[in-house]
Amino acid sequence: MSFLQPSDLDAILLSFKVACTATLLATPLGIGVAYLLVYSRIPGKSILEGIVNLPLVLPPVVIGYLLLVLFGRRGWIGAWLIRFDIQIIFTLTGAIIASAVVGFPLLVRSIRLGMESVDTSSQKAARTLGAGAWDAFFTITLPLSGRAVLAGMTLMFARSLGEFGATIILAGNIPGVTQTIPLAIYEYTSSPGGDRMALSLCLVSILLSFAVLLASGAASKSLDRK
Amino acid sequence: MQLDVSVRKKQGAFQFAAEFSLTGRRIGLFGPSGSGKSTLMHLMAGLLKPDSGHIRLDDTVLFDSAAGINLPPEKRRIGVVFQHAHLFPHMSVRRNLLYGWRRTPEADRHIQPEAIIEVLNLAHLLDRGVNLLSGGERQRIALARTVLTCPRLILMDEPLTGLDEELKFHIIPYLNKVFARFDIPLLFISHSLLEMRLMTEQVLVVGEGKVEKEMATEELAQSAWAAPRQGYVNLLRLGRPQPQGDLWAYPWGEVRLVLTDESDSDENIVELDSREILLFKRHPEATSARNMLPCTVGKIFTVGNRVRVELQCGSQQLIVQIVPESMRELELAAGNEVVAVIKASAFRRLL
Repeated sequence: MSFLQPSDLDAILLSFKVACTATLLATPLGIGVAYLLVYSRIPGKSILEGIVNLPLVLPPVVIGYLLLVLFGRRGWIGAWLIRFDIQIIFTLTGAIIASAVVGFPLLVRSIRLGMESVDTSSQKAARTLGAGAWDAFFTITLPLSGRAVLAGMTLMFARSLGEFGATIILAGNIPGVTQTIPLAIYEYTSSPGGDRMALSLCLVSILLSFAVLLASGAASKSLDRK
Repeated sequence: MQLDVSVRKKQGAFQFAAEFSLTGRRIGLFGPSGSGKSTLMHLMAGLLKPDSGHIRLDDTVLFDSAAGINLPPEKRRIGVVFQHAHLFPHMSVRRNLLYGWRRTPEADRHIQPEAIIEVLNLAHLLDRGVNLLSGGERQRIALARTVLTCPRLILMDEPLTGLDEELKFHIIPYLNKVFARFDIPLLFISHSLLEMRLMTEQVLVVGEGKVEKEMATEELAQSAWAAPRQGYVNLLRLGRPQPQGDLWAYPWGEVRLVLTDESDSDENIVELDSREILLFKRHPEATSARNMLPCTVGKIFTVGNRVRVELQCGSQQLIVQIVPESMRELELAAGNEVVAVIKASAFRRLL
């Protein structure tokens, strides 16, 4: 018997797909929300902040259930999407949404800290040099918070790789469709004689996480050198 | 440049109000820290919005609360050089320099990067990052970056504060060169009277949240002498020196001044404390001092135990501070001939 089953490879690939898509989709949104939290003077900022941070303190299973209520066939969004023949629950999209929601607060938190540490005088200087507010944001503030954005993406990616509770409720545990590494491990441990295979996947999980950390370290260094 | 300002701004407990209208090219904003100089600078640059009033530069309305006009900073074409330069740390010197230039409409770009790079001697720095530059280099780049936006006015906010003496006097000639060559009006903010005298022609004196008065820079310098413990400092503009024995003889108007300091420049500015000049009724036979200048006494003012005497040395003016007893013994009166005696080491070369 080999080290990994063919279905394990599916799970690994799926985990990667989910984590990458969730992180890439959430990043622009995360930058936008962090910008609102740091620079805007909109009313209800603390409520927005609370909503963004909620997934951090809620049990993932609760988030999964809330998402199910929202995206289910009779949910507010689900019922509307069904008209376009789009189904979220028990699909890859569902797994991505679950990961994105759970990892989002980590992303926003990191980007926000980065933006707050950017000296506002650099932005002022840019404005007096002829840059409009958006121009100054994209050429000064965002590049100067680049490391924080990267750190947030890394955190979120790692969190997505490990996401379990919300995913299993919203997307289920369907091999080849929504079964990511943690879900596969769960299935192995709950079936007799699956210990060894669960351990192999754990090892893969450790290696993957380590690779992510190394890659983010290298990327952050190259940002420094610029 | 014609500047017309009438603004009010409340920031917490601090109230700022300014009302002035002036014409000139080298204007100083003089006052102690916390007096509101930086607030005025921010209001003019559009980085802070006045509560009410108007700001007009030449024929452009930058702000007018009644008409609802408030041009954003990027539309004002007012350049700002900040105290701490605020270079962009993620860009090379070259990208810092071109940041504003690229954003300046082509029709307004009458200053080319090559010209300012040459005047401020920046060619060897272009490909470097900005994080390892010296304070003087950072300020030169900040100025070049601002000049390249071809602004209608440059505001400099304490650009020399924080630089050591030597560096300061190294940079001032660069600044003067830039403003002379590119002919950009300057509003120079500082709490240093000496910097004001070297950089500006007119000053607005700011104190306690308002513009108190407007006067010529020299007038401000002369008014400072009456404060206890402060003497007036003569700033003399001298020509290129010739060696004279171990010393250097500098042309000053029709006469020559002998100094210990050397220079290889055609234009030199030296300072001379008004209290370091001795007056003699007749030419002394021999003294250890190297400069003996026949002068005519002009106006005399007395404040407390200090007497300020204006002397005319040919076309040049010198101000001397003495005590009332000396004035009586010398029988000083306007029109008298006296000899001013100055040691060669009493001068301090600034530029």
